[in-house]
Amino acid sequence: MASLNALVAVCLAYVFFLFCVAFAAERAGVRGRARWLLRSPLVYTLSLSIYCTAWTFYGAVGYAARSGLEYVTIYLGPSLVMIGWWWIARRLVRIGRSHKVTSIADLISSRYGKSNGLAIVVTIMAVIGVTPYIALQLQSVTASLSLFAAAEQGSLTDADEARAAGFWIAVGLALFTVLFGTRNLNVNERQHGVVIAVAVEAVVKLIALLAVGVFVVWGIAGGVSETLARIDASDLGTWEMDGSRWAGLTFVSAAAFLCLPRMFQVMVVENDDERHLQIASWAFPLYLMLMSLFVVPIAVIGLDLLPAGSNPDFFVLSLPLSQGREGLATLSFLGGFSSATSMVIVATLALSTMVSNHVVMPVFLYLHQGGATQSGDVRNVVILSRRLSILAIIGFGYIYYRLSGGSGALAAIGLISFAGVAQFLPALLGGIFWRGATRAGALVGLGVGFSVWVFTMLLPSFGPDAILSAAVFDKGLFGINGLRPQALFGIPGLDPTVHAIFWSLLLNAVSFALVSLMTFPDPLERLQGAQFVNVFDHSGQTRGWQAPVAESEDLMIMAQRILGAKEAQRLFQAEADRQGNGGYLPKPTADFLQRLELELAGSVGGATAHAMISQIVGGTAVSVQDLLAVADESAQMLEYSSQLEAKSRELSQTAAQLRDANAKLMQLSDQKDAFLSQISHELRTPMTSIRAFSEILRDTDGLGPLEKTKYANIIHVEAIRLTRLLDDLLDLSVLENGQVTLNRQSGSLVDLLDHAIATAQASEARPITFKRRRLDETVTLHTDLDRLSQVFINLITNAQKYCLAQDPELRIDVAQSGERVVIDFIDNGWGIPAASRDVMFEKFSRIGAQDGNGAGLGLAICREIMARLGGDVSYLDGTGGTAFRVTLPHSQALAAQ
Amino acid sequence: MGKHVLLVEDELNIIEAIRFLLSREGWQVDTHSDGADATDVIRSSKPDLVVLDVMLPGKSGFDILEELRGDAATADLPVLMLTARGQSRDREMAEKAGVSRFMTKPFSNTEVLTAVRDLLYVHGQRT
Repeated sequence: MASLNALVAVCLAYVFFLFCVAFAAERAGVRGRARWLLRSPLVYTLSLSIYCTAWTFYGAVGYAARSGLEYVTIYLGPSLVMIGWWWIARRLVRIGRSHKVTSIADLISSRYGKSNGLAIVVTIMAVIGVTPYIALQLQSVTASLSLFAAAEQGSLTDADEARAAGFWIAVGLALFTVLFGTRNLNVNERQHGVVIAVAVEAVVKLIALLAVGVFVVWGIAGGVSETLARIDASDLGTWEMDGSRWAGLTFVSAAAFLCLPRMFQVMVVENDDERHLQIASWAFPLYLMLMSLFVVPIAVIGLDLLPAGSNPDFFVLSLPLSQGREGLATLSFLGGFSSATSMVIVATLALSTMVSNHVVMPVFLYLHQGGATQSGDVRNVVILSRRLSILAIIGFGYIYYRLSGGSGALAAIGLISFAGVAQFLPALLGGIFWRGATRAGALVGLGVGFSVWVFTMLLPSFGPDAILSAAVFDKGLFGINGLRPQALFGIPGLDPTVHAIFWSLLLNAVSFALVSLMTFPDPLERLQGAQFVNVFDHSGQTRGWQAPVAESEDLMIMAQRILGAKEAQRLFQAEADRQGNGGYLPKPTADFLQRLELELAGSVGGATAHAMISQIVGGTAVSVQDLLAVADESAQMLEYSSQLEAKSRELSQTAAQLRDANAKLMQLSDQKDAFLSQISHELRTPMTSIRAFSEILRDTDGLGPLEKTKYANIIHVEAIRLTRLLDDLLDLSVLENGQVTLNRQSGSLVDLLDHAIATAQASEARPITFKRRRLDETVTLHTDLDRLSQVFINLITNAQKYCLAQDPELRIDVAQSGERVVIDFIDNGWGIPAASRDVMFEKFSRIGAQDGNGAGLGLAICREIMARLGGDVSYLDGTGGTAFRVTLPHSQALAAQ
Repeated sequence: MGKHVLLVEDELNIIEAIRFLLSREGWQVDTHSDGADATDVIRSSKPDLVVLDVMLPGKSGFDILEELRGDAATADLPVLMLTARGQSRDREMAEKAGVSRFMTKPFSNTEVLTAVRDLLYVHGQRT
């Protein structure tokens, strides 16, 4: 038993090592280090090797022992796909990158008009197809563990122990996947940790298999020629080829290589560079060749040496064990363990993305109707749902493993799974090569193929009388002879596997094509179809949201919920800068909406992103130009149309700019008039009180001393107000004329804010709670501290005066971004109406303020001061409350350091 | 009981001053500071005279005046308008809207008193 314990210890150490590797890669990825490794074609190729699961690691030998060279087909299919990468794989990767596709379900649903229904169908089919495969991995690990135990004790371990081991392995895998697979919400950001771990495991399993092979050929058989002689002597040496099985299996493994969610994840989603495919196109077949090199020798020697009746699926393990090579056996065990774990991790990751993006999120959004605009972060929901999906999927796998009781040859379960996911192939290939393919066609094709697969392959796999009665096998469903699960349409004689693959895919493809021809795609489908099929001709996005009536602020709030505040603000800021209009919110142009949708799609999938945007924008409209671009095949016409489109976009942009400029001019002229009458008003109002009360004091007899004091006091207060107004006006005029001399000093932002808060609190009685993070405020500034302080005091006093929340609160956030220091003052009040935001920094603009204290010059002065200091102060949208952002150039902030 | 004057003005100190002046003459002075519902308040309190500021929160004095003149019940109500903007355009607008008397701030106390007295007298004659 000591050795079994040692094995468990080795396992744990190995898993710990993987954790470390994944963690280091994750850290390096975040810091942008070790790109040469993280983004190398080598790692890409190795990560593709999750194709080789425990099934291929252990099962290939078993397969060879049972059926001779046929196991080669499993390697042949993928090799052909990779060698022919130019036609299919490259296209998939290009589409995946340009549409930020998150999974195969996402790709199919995006292609067919961003249909969420289709995504759900694909997701459910994928879960059903892949769960047995996950169970298979658990089974192979526990079986290999008990094999060790048997060798140690001379008897098999009891079933409970194996189950317990299976359970803990499942828990460990779930933990690993949750930890490293859900770090980034955006699936298009690479999960470096997982990819590197998979690559390391790929190396381990290759070395393990080669080591066993070398041991068998040179250690047991005694050399190459002896081995060949033994192979010739055995039954396996005879070259028996069943053409239909070879073709069928090669085809289905090629299809599975493209359609398996985990393959799609590593090949398309995690792809960094299209050129990596070129290298993988020869490196990956080479890897597969190495993996298969020693399969036959191991099988032959195993059959020779091991007692009859031992499971050939575990020759890789039992051969070294029978020869007393514990070390080699441990290495071989680790190889199998690697194959199993890497497959489970990536498959679960891919499936969980699909489940959360296409099933959980749409349901969540549906339940929170109108919720796309409510504030709050849904990223937590997405991540949580992804984590729960991971647990659920591994849980399914574990349950299936427990229920199936570890029966069946490994290869058989693997093939069932392959044939299941291969049903995606017609919809997938049709979608990227044939513009006529429609959503209805895809749905019907998938449905038909899947049903036939369930009936002819999945259900019969449980054996007669398990789910399907023996009578159904013999006489067909409902007694109809044409519906026999292993001889459809009454045509017997085909191998059951080939029969199932042939009929399911044939019926799938035929119904897909027929229904596609009979139905008419809707405009969005046509556009997406054109883009997918012609992905190399125009990677640009021609499709647009038309006549957007979306409120940028709603979009901002929604984007913040999905992408997080920082990322969303960065995106909107960049767009606003690009559009060249000040502020932080860009106009919701068709271009921008397109880009935003793409960003969101990277996080929650195409269909959901589309639904969220249309919830705000109010449905999509496909423009006539877009349709023309799709309908017309000729490249010239396309070019011309897109030129026209660009021209018209340019023109309407210019027109909009002119309109803006004109409005601005009109506003300026109005402001000039208003300015004079405002000055008059602001000066005359206090004067009125002063004059009236001084006349009262002068002319009225018999005023009591209390009244006299009161009226004198009013005169005094109004005189002070008048003085302050004149001071402000002079201050502003000096600032505007640029005659001001700045008194630059160094000081810390913390002290400056402390001072400003103290001053503001002294002058304004209304209480307000401050929320600060002093740590962020440790910035040394080199600027005119008095002037900057004046700005701070003004903003704080405004919040004190005008924040009408029950418990007024002012949050001061300091952040350093790039070349700027950004100080946000955000209160929990009601915000400022959009209409007033443009004018609030103008002179004399008072927004709903009813006290006579301010002349509405404060913000105008602030803006002038910040302009002199080389920074800016502006209104910050999308925070919920009233918020101002003060920006200082970094050079000024850090010059003193 | 003296005549009833309604003062629509939002500056606290000016309210205080005018109220003091008019009360001493024996008139009953009520005040209102919001422009938005000023018309309704005037209609329901039925004053003998309204002193109306131009720059009010919610609604401008001109709009209020137009509403008053548009209503038969208040079409003849004497309205003394005060403005601090003091541009000739304002006076024209006020006269077009049917103001009874127009004064620019800062005013002399006696002028206001005289104006109010005249308006109440004329109004009294007519009714």
